[in-house]
Amino acid sequence: MTVVRVEEKVLNENQRIALDLRRRFEEHNILCLNFISAPGSGKTTLLESTLAVFPPGEKIAVLTGDLQTENDARRLMRYSFPVQQIVTGGVCHLDGKMIDRALQPWPLENIDVLFIENVGNLVCPSSYDLGEEAKIVLLSVTEGEDKPLKYPSIFHKAALLILTKIDLLPYVPFDIEAAKANARQVNPDIEILEVSCSTGKGMDEWRAWLAERRAKRQGAVSAPRGGAEKRN
Amino acid sequence: MHEVGIANSILEAGRTETARRPGAKLMGIGVRVGVLSGVDVDALRFAFECIIAGTEDEKVVLTAENCPRMNRCEDCGREYVSPQLSPFTDAPCPGCTSHHTSFVSGDQLDIAFVEVEEP
Repeated sequence: MTVVRVEEKVLNENQRIALDLRRRFEEHNILCLNFISAPGSGKTTLLESTLAVFPPGEKIAVLTGDLQTENDARRLMRYSFPVQQIVTGGVCHLDGKMIDRALQPWPLENIDVLFIENVGNLVCPSSYDLGEEAKIVLLSVTEGEDKPLKYPSIFHKAALLILTKIDLLPYVPFDIEAAKANARQVNPDIEILEVSCSTGKGMDEWRAWLAERRAKRQGAVSAPRGGAEKRN
Repeated sequence: MHEVGIANSILEAGRTETARRPGAKLMGIGVRVGVLSGVDVDALRFAFECIIAGTEDEKVVLTAENCPRMNRCEDCGREYVSPQLSPFTDAPCPGCTSHHTSFVSGDQLDIAFVEVEEP
């Protein structure tokens, strides 16, 4: 019997595609963000509120993944930016190949910001690199504040945590400080924003975060200050 | 949840490695699975058993090593196993009790080795 040392990543093929996507995004100065959360945490709604305020000529594009239906794409298409639904047909995450295929009809020079809305799932999407610059994890206040401890992988890998539906805080027993502390136990460097798409609270800070990332990506000399709260 | 896809990637990696050696037969594959990888080892074993059943590789043994979260103490340099999954980054250094620690590993999902029988 011969034992061959291999030492490669299990998801080597995905990694290869993701690295190629990342290289292309960098070449075209595209800011690519991968939104991940449980189903119903508000990914589509946050994207709707985000797209609603971009001036029409902005080069924004959206890929949205779901097991079935084109409902999310229909919601997002109203804002006159290119949107494509990726129906995974039962696969619980998006992978590099799906992104690569979806991008084929789109000339990359027409994109400055690419939003990827992953399949609603806190587990599997965290394993698949899509070539994104950052993963953004959403957690709504109607969920448990211990989710970062129960599903540490995605909170560990995300650059930004967005706590959504904060207008509901008076009605739910959600300890927002505990939620933040739990996220920072898993990832001390995670940035945290609190938003409500219903009242608009926190949306300025989210847009500032986005503007800062865009400016950085496009090599601006002085990026505007973001509003996300960093660890003291 | 996505362990079947992962199991397929593992089997493919094993087959690719075996195909490089003329006449060799795939006997086993070793993987390392970190606690932060998002992959459950039991589910992975189950998925692997399912996909090899009835194929020429049905005797292939999957050896999965669970890898803990490793932290490094920035003050004394010691590397240590974070004692529990959560809360982990705040687990102080067992040597000097400092809380000034950083993440080393625990999110790996790697093929460590492939075992083949050669003619």
